[in-house]
Amino acid sequence: MQAKISVQNVSYTYADGTEALKHVSLTIRANEIFVLFGPARSGKTTLLRLFNRLSDLTPGADYRGTILVDGQDVFALGVNVTDLRRRIGMVFAVPTPLPGSIRGNLTYGPHMAGIRDTALLNERIERSLTQAALWDEVKDRLDHPASRLSGGQKQRLCIARSLMLEPEVLILDNPTSGLDPISTSMVEESLYELKQQYTVIMVPHSVQQGARVATRAAFMLDGELVEIDTAERMFKHPKDQRTEDYITGRFG
Amino acid sequence: MSALPVTLRKRLRTLVRDVPFDAVRNIQWSLLDWREILIESLIRLAGISSIIIVGMIFLFLLREGIPTFLDIPLRQLFESRWYPNEGLYGMWPLIVGSLIVTVGAIIVALPLGLITAIYLGEIAPEWQREILKPLIEVLAGIPSIVLGFLGWIALAPLIQKLGAPTGLTALTGSLILAYMALPTIISISEDALYAVPKEYRDGALAIGATRWQTIRHVVLPAARSGLVMAVMLGIGRAIGETMAVMMVTGNAAFVPTFGADMALQPVRTMTATIAAEMGEVAQGSMHYHVLFGIGIMLFLITAAINSLAGRLVGTSGNRRRGGQL
Ligand SMILES: Nc1ncnc2c1ncn2[C@@H]1O[C@H](COP(=O)(O)OP(=O)(O)OP(=O)(O)O)[C@@H](O)[C@H]1O
Ligand SMILES: [Mg+2]
Repeated sequence: MQAKISVQNVSYTYADGTEALKHVSLTIRANEIFVLFGPARSGKTTLLRLFNRLSDLTPGADYRGTILVDGQDVFALGVNVTDLRRRIGMVFAVPTPLPGSIRGNLTYGPHMAGIRDTALLNERIERSLTQAALWDEVKDRLDHPASRLSGGQKQRLCIARSLMLEPEVLILDNPTSGLDPISTSMVEESLYELKQQYTVIMVPHSVQQGARVATRAAFMLDGELVEIDTAERMFKHPKDQRTEDYITGRFG
Repeated sequence: MSALPVTLRKRLRTLVRDVPFDAVRNIQWSLLDWREILIESLIRLAGISSIIIVGMIFLFLLREGIPTFLDIPLRQLFESRWYPNEGLYGMWPLIVGSLIVTVGAIIVALPLGLITAIYLGEIAPEWQREILKPLIEVLAGIPSIVLGFLGWIALAPLIQKLGAPTGLTALTGSLILAYMALPTIISISEDALYAVPKEYRDGALAIGATRWQTIRHVVLPAARSGLVMAVMLGIGRAIGETMAVMMVTGNAAFVPTFGADMALQPVRTMTATIAAEMGEVAQGSMHYHVLFGIGIMLFLITAAINSLAGRLVGTSGNRRRGGQL
């Protein structure tokens, strides 16, 4: 299968000397739910922020290796970063609705991309909100402030906001960290829907969540990639002792 | 100077409230002794007395100033001739003078201050910020009389070259005032920008907004209340300022002729008038009361600005942000 994202021997050291990634290589395929898991500070966020070059915001870091999206080096000269970010959507652990209405949040990205056709936007709003399992709850109050939504609704709004741009890849960095179980299962359910159309990369809230949603998974520890495999094998029969310890909770 | 704006006061109050005072008191309860009571009553005394003093200042201002508005017809007060020696108390030139100088200062300081804050907070690399921020704090500490002196020595000759008959003009005053308001505006705005969660920026950038779009559509609206406060505090400082302005505006109590060169004529502000004439009036004379009357008007203007600031800040909370994007 064609590689959607290919990480080749990537090392990353922050300006303060923290070695966040050490020689990481992995491949993410189109239309899979790729789960990246590992203990806190193992470098997951650092890796994901390289994919859409949000890493540009942390100056002074030392980056080595190559990251290809559809065979294109994202750090190559002449890459249009804005365009890259439109192709690779990202949702963060903390829901971050922008100041403004629900509709304003959704149309902001397309507006910046120059899409102004109201009919097209309305169509996308409905589809994105439906895919994010939020449509029924907000369809009658699209012009209300996004800040008045509940935490779970805000997070699904953020997912919908990314989908508005019809990205190829959707990165979800621990999207259910602050959510209650019901909101969590709603977000999880929306993932199956998304997988049809997008490549989904997700940092799970827990190993269990990872096992529930993953097609394939990778385990990271201290900035190193320990193991990468199909979900089936990874969560039932891990090859590496460290992975097994972590999955079974004997980690420490 | 002017009273603290409402929000700032509220924030201070929350800070004070957050101190676990009860916890401290409970520990002390077992050895409750006269020291507790003494300290508590001292604190209470200090608090109450400062309230009383402020109240008395206000009453005094009213008592000395009110005769102005009772004895002189309002229409005369707003005439354009200020000749106290002849019993003509037209404040119009002073009001216009204050207005021109202050508005001029705002026109200069507002964009400059906000842009500097945006540069410092959002664009400048770390090392520049580390140099510039302390520098700006130092600027805020320069005594106004020093700035006035600078204005007189360095700025006035430049202004004169612009074609003014004298370098001591409304524009000179505006520039000096703008310079005084800048540190306030910059440092408070910068704080406001800093307080905007990093996640907002990430969120906007991640959906393909450029850096500038992120600043304009997300960071600035989110920081709005703090920015308004910064500007209002800056203006508050400008309106109340006296000495520097008195030195560089030429001190002519005439209404400038309306036109393009309005800013290049000498004026006199309300504050400068009080300072300049205070020494020569006989206590209890009409002139004396009128000076206090000017004081009352200044007080009202400052209070109006503060409450306006409070209202603007109050409505820019989450609820109002509904329509922002
Ligand atoms: N901006 C930064 N500057 C310096 N060090 C950083 C920065 N961001 C992260 N780090 C460090 O890099 C390492 C990896 O952090 P990262 O956020 O990628 O981990 P993570 O796997 O996402 O952890 P978590 O599960 O807690 O989100 C950590 O040691 C962290 O302290
Ligand atoms: Mg993380």
